[in-house]
Amino acid sequence: MTAYILCLILFSLGIYCAVSKRNLIKIIVGVAIAEYAVNLMFVLVGYRIGGVPPIFAAPGEAQGAMVDPLPHALVLTSIVIGLATTALLAAIAMRIYRKYGTYDVNEIRELRG
Amino acid sequence: MTHTLMPLMIAVPLGGAFLCALMGKRTRALPDAMGFLVTLLTAAGAVYSVSLVKSADTLVYSMGGWRAPVGIVLSLDGLTALMLVTVNLVAFLVAIYARGYMERYTSKRLFYGLFLLMLAGMNGVVLTGDMFNLFVFLEIASVASYALVAFGTGKQELEAAFKYGVMGTIASLFILLGIILLYARTSTLNMADMAAALAGGGGDVVPLVTGLFLAGFGLKAALVPFHAWLPDAHPSAPAPISAMLSGVLIKSLGVYAMVRVLYNVLGVAEVSETGSPFTPLIVLGILSMMVGVVLALGQWDMKRLLAYHSISQIGYVILAIGIGTPLAVLAGLFHLFNHSIFKSLLFLDSGSLEQATGTRDLRRMAGVGRKLPVTSGSTLIASMSIAGIPPFNGFWSKLLIIVAAVRAGHSWSAFWAVLASILTLASFTKVLRYGFQGGGAGKRLRELAAVPLSMKVALVLFAVICIGGGLLLLPSLRDLFLGPAADALAGGTRQLGFVLTGGAS
Repeated sequence: MTAYILCLILFSLGIYCAVSKRNLIKIIVGVAIAEYAVNLMFVLVGYRIGGVPPIFAAPGEAQGAMVDPLPHALVLTSIVIGLATTALLAAIAMRIYRKYGTYDVNEIRELRG
Repeated sequence: MTHTLMPLMIAVPLGGAFLCALMGKRTRALPDAMGFLVTLLTAAGAVYSVSLVKSADTLVYSMGGWRAPVGIVLSLDGLTALMLVTVNLVAFLVAIYARGYMERYTSKRLFYGLFLLMLAGMNGVVLTGDMFNLFVFLEIASVASYALVAFGTGKQELEAAFKYGVMGTIASLFILLGIILLYARTSTLNMADMAAALAGGGGDVVPLVTGLFLAGFGLKAALVPFHAWLPDAHPSAPAPISAMLSGVLIKSLGVYAMVRVLYNVLGVAEVSETGSPFTPLIVLGILSMMVGVVLALGQWDMKRLLAYHSISQIGYVILAIGIGTPLAVLAGLFHLFNHSIFKSLLFLDSGSLEQATGTRDLRRMAGVGRKLPVTSGSTLIASMSIAGIPPFNGFWSKLLIIVAAVRAGHSWSAFWAVLASILTLASFTKVLRYGFQGGGAGKRLRELAAVPLSMKVALVLFAVICIGGGLLLLPSLRDLFLGPAADALAGGTRQLGFVLTGGAS
């Protein structure tokens, strides 16, 4: 339970960073932190204390608790998706820097109202 | 019953997207042809899916032969068929329009690549019967749309795309967090299996998950407290993409996914004859309806004005579905279909105007009506449709929503709906009065660029659907198209049960 709560705190920190920071790069970092918090939580959901990997070397060998392998597969997908969004956001931030000459959102204000 | 149509609805646009992006450089004509052909095929497939639903009720396809609940399944019922038709019909007409419009941008192959990728993502979202798969397709469509908003790479486009990208990613994270919590509780990702597990106890995470999904999908659908990105992102994209974003993306990623999960998986909201209102949806609906239209009144940029109206019209849909009587749900889904038609048409019109006059400011294009008969005519039709003037399609769905609200005893909701409708009319009177009539600066615009034929064809086809849309309420057509969709939501948490029993490949 403590681990879950820590994950949620990390998630909140990431969201807070993305919402409150004024620098485009820091906003991207905030989004990435929130992303990692969610991924971490997903892995923890599959974890069992004292669990073994669900691999059968010989029939009837597996004893006791096994960790849930499904979240691991899903987290890999989720990480790849996160990579795509982060790369796209970073690319857009670079293009913005080329147009405006700054990463400060206070000075990037074409759209109003 | 199983059918290979379902995976093809995703695979064809996905394959088309890669072919466009890879081969389009060498063969110049390929992207246009590919965009046209692929969307034509998917539109035909979507129409065919309606008849499939009619004959077989519900269909399941197990990916790779792995049966539910182990494998990923695609499922097709009335609601999915309605969304498929909406998405692919709009995509087809937009692809026709884009042939002429996108000439002024540099890279058609990248445009069509992203466009088809977005289409594949949306088809996947409405077809899938698996929660994590829903998230994956949602992200495919979202990432493609972030890139498309930035397609012009001007100052405004980039700024809007960054804002949209950050908000959209946060929304996706909320959704993923909700899915993780559901998985932790039920140990399954299949929607039907999850619904059964939650119904059999262990539903203590449901309130938290409902909140996460309302925020996540609400952000994707641009409901009012979460709407800030939409008025920047939608106008900044090229006109065909604005039409896709406002017309179908916020509906398939936002509204469809939200109601599917709330009604058919979590079961927190339900449809019943006596009325079982789901208060959060009603509140969000009324807020979006009013705030959207009030903000739209003050706009002079045509595309921005249209974007605010999208927020307002989505409010109608959410309000109607939240009221929760069968009639209200039917009205809401009908309005969803109608809105995608007339809002796409309006955005395409704004694109034609921008191309012809070089401005989006209503004051500077004034008096342009006579010179662009097709554009101004279709704008007139779409404006009357969105404002709810009979006999256009928007009138019938708004009337149904208001009647349903009154009959369910929600007179206040009905009052707000009428008020928002009047304000919508006022706002579009402004568009027509300033933008098209009068002797403003537009008359002095000597050299109007001609609107290409392909763009005109798309505008006329959209306008025809606007005029004929009310026919969908005829009993025979209603039983074919809207009825099964409303029934799918009314089926509650048992609706998707067929996935588990009939999942043979």
